[in-house]
Amino acid sequence: MTAARAWNGPELVCPAGTPAGLRTAVDAGAHSVYCGFRDETNARNFPGLNFDRAELREGVAYAHQKGVKVLVALNTFMRAGEVDIWKRGVDDAVEAGADALILADVALVAYAHKAHPKQRLHLSVQAAAATPEAIAFYRDRFGVARVVLPRVLTVEEIARLTANAAPCETEVFVFGGLCVMAEGRCMLSSYATGKSPNMTGVCSPPSHVTYREEGDALIASVGGFTVERFERDEPAGYPTLCKGRFQANGAVSHLFEDPVSLNAVELLPRLVDIGVTAFKIEGRQRGRAYVAAVVRAFRRAIDSMAAGGKVDVEELRALTEGQRDTTGAYKKAWR
Amino acid sequence: MRGTIPLVLSRAASVLPLLPLELVSRRLLANAMAARPSFAARLGEHAGRTFAIDPLDCPFAFLITPGGDGVHVRVVRDLSEAAYDVRIAAPLIVLCGMIDGTYDGDALFFSRDLRIEGDTGAVLALRNAIENAELDPSSVLGLPKPVHRPFNRATEFLFGQLRRALDAPKPSGGKAYLP
Amino acid sequence: MSDPRMALTLGPVLFHWPVKDFVDFYARVADEAPVDRVCLGTVVCSKRQPFRDEIILDTADRLQRGGKDVVYSTLALPTNKREIRAIGEMVEAGFQIEANDIATVHLLDGRPHVVGPFLNIYNEDTLALHRSLGATRVCLPPELPLASIRILATGDDAVEVFAFGRAPLALSARCYHARADGVSKDSCHFVCERDADGLNVLTTDGTPIFAVNGVQTLGFVVTAATREVADLKQAGVASLRLSPHSCDMVKVATVFRDLADAHITADEANDLLAVLSLPGPLSDGYLRGLPGARLLDEVD
Repeated sequence: MTAARAWNGPELVCPAGTPAGLRTAVDAGAHSVYCGFRDETNARNFPGLNFDRAELREGVAYAHQKGVKVLVALNTFMRAGEVDIWKRGVDDAVEAGADALILADVALVAYAHKAHPKQRLHLSVQAAAATPEAIAFYRDRFGVARVVLPRVLTVEEIARLTANAAPCETEVFVFGGLCVMAEGRCMLSSYATGKSPNMTGVCSPPSHVTYREEGDALIASVGGFTVERFERDEPAGYPTLCKGRFQANGAVSHLFEDPVSLNAVELLPRLVDIGVTAFKIEGRQRGRAYVAAVVRAFRRAIDSMAAGGKVDVEELRALTEGQRDTTGAYKKAWR
Repeated sequence: MRGTIPLVLSRAASVLPLLPLELVSRRLLANAMAARPSFAARLGEHAGRTFAIDPLDCPFAFLITPGGDGVHVRVVRDLSEAAYDVRIAAPLIVLCGMIDGTYDGDALFFSRDLRIEGDTGAVLALRNAIENAELDPSSVLGLPKPVHRPFNRATEFLFGQLRRALDAPKPSGGKAYLP
Repeated sequence: MSDPRMALTLGPVLFHWPVKDFVDFYARVADEAPVDRVCLGTVVCSKRQPFRDEIILDTADRLQRGGKDVVYSTLALPTNKREIRAIGEMVEAGFQIEANDIATVHLLDGRPHVVGPFLNIYNEDTLALHRSLGATRVCLPPELPLASIRILATGDDAVEVFAFGRAPLALSARCYHARADGVSKDSCHFVCERDADGLNVLTTDGTPIFAVNGVQTLGFVVTAATREVADLKQAGVASLRLSPHSCDMVKVATVFRDLADAHITADEANDLLAVLSLPGPLSDGYLRGLPGARLLDEVD
């Protein structure tokens, strides 16, 4: 356990979609990894992904042996009449030795705080805490120790939030999928498919995604709605609803967001300056090779900054979705 | 598509009988499942689905139903008469590369080197189960442990040569089973 | 048990209507609409607030004289100091507040308030928690199915259900109205004023899917809980929320009042609603546990 604690620079928080993925992230240099159970208690409830109870215990053992922390996400909103599913998840994660739980439903936060007073609690981005007052609500009432900040904020807003949140820490997404709507408060998926990130832990769920070939083009639909069309030589993508092409005012465009992904590597030094504690890489559903490459690159960047050196920006460019990246909302021009 | 075996070779292969291939495939799959007992559990509800694995440059295709009671494999000449839930199609070397982690299924699909048809959820379940399985050629062939390292190394070298010769897509990243 | 008479709440106008339209609208509501409670305020974009502030107190007065209970709805996604301060001032001034963000709940610090359909209250524990924090009425998120609503309303007499209007689906920091018009949020010229019910969004093959209203995305279809009112009443739901659109909302309120009192059937209610100039077809997908886009009587 010692290696992670000795480090007092920013913590690199890395995705672990499967047990093999967890080992990959740990070996590639993560300071901590985050994962979930194979059910609707977390917001990456994809088929074939995540951990059963035994796999989580094994994963925690592996990570701890290498001095890496394990954060368990139980960040969906409990279903009426079935709150016990989530509470058992909390109990089992604590028992497995999770270093922190990442929660979103305020009643689950309250439960965890009461049932496991010593357990470190993090507030998921799904709680959409975007103001000092929202953060204070969870910090003061339930002792939340860290909050993952929404991706719709500017760096200036992050600075202000970080200053106000103390002693609660802040964690910021720096790479991977970009959520353009306030996280945890988006029902676009349930409108089209009946399943939502909030209730079922899936966004644009694969069970409702179809790809159809039309000549040389590939048409991607969600819940029967055409969301994207990839021409012959265009790289294809996953038809996330908010990244699709739509018509408004008579014009077709990527109305909500272009299919780019977040790459805030150039902002790392700035984020360190304003006191952000942890950098989060999104991507539990990504392959091991991708995760290893991204984690290694960010770890190099963080170690380089700690040694007073510069951050290599080019290395990560090739790994972003569709080869186009963005600093997202962090710079104000996005709005 | 990138990585396709030259037509003259595929045509030559079409005279070969299918049964030996079916027996070998069944053996390989049984080995793989034995090496990774959590594979079927990870597939969950999709374990009972039938996956059509279609090497576009070979005169045959595989119909695989992982199932709860052992893996079922059939080899067919073409898929037009077959019933399946999912079809995954790509040149043979690309399909092989997906099993051992040379390629990331997502990346191949997005770069249009792989075609998918049918139940997207089942495809994802399969891809995640394979990702977690960390299969290597020696385990799949059921070879004794001591020869794993040299055999995997040799296989990787050969495959690398083949990929270059066929202009296959570049590998997605390192393999866990190679030191 | 709960009061057998189901109340009606007129939700806040989500759209950027011209001030004159607001004034006329609320004058009619005050005099003619059979609603018990009216929500006033700016929920979607604080840039719209100055226009409303001028008339809000007079409007509240008019409504109260008409026998309506008035609630002040607050921003669903406050982000900056100015916005939080404005909410804080309203809290301090003792107005009856509708909280649409957890920051507002924090500012209320236990004072009695109501909760709008923008907080994630999906289960009995979370409902109870918000009640313990001072919520006297809670409007549930539109995506909740009847099965869940039944569980929540059975154990609690303060549940409100979103029963009419385009369902709010998401909020962003980016303004989609501005983006669709090629400008940014900061220099938007208030293009959102053009679309009284939101700007329609279609797929590339012409299927209507969403509507945008500034930073908000709504469903294209119009939620109408006509078929479910009887069940909701039996489950103990305290009130129905009707979200204002440019159609005749007095007629909409009358339909739901008659339906709640069992003076008309659901079919009759649907017929009466169908002749109004609605921005989209009627839907009850969410209540039936289906995709929100499913129309009334449409199977999956």
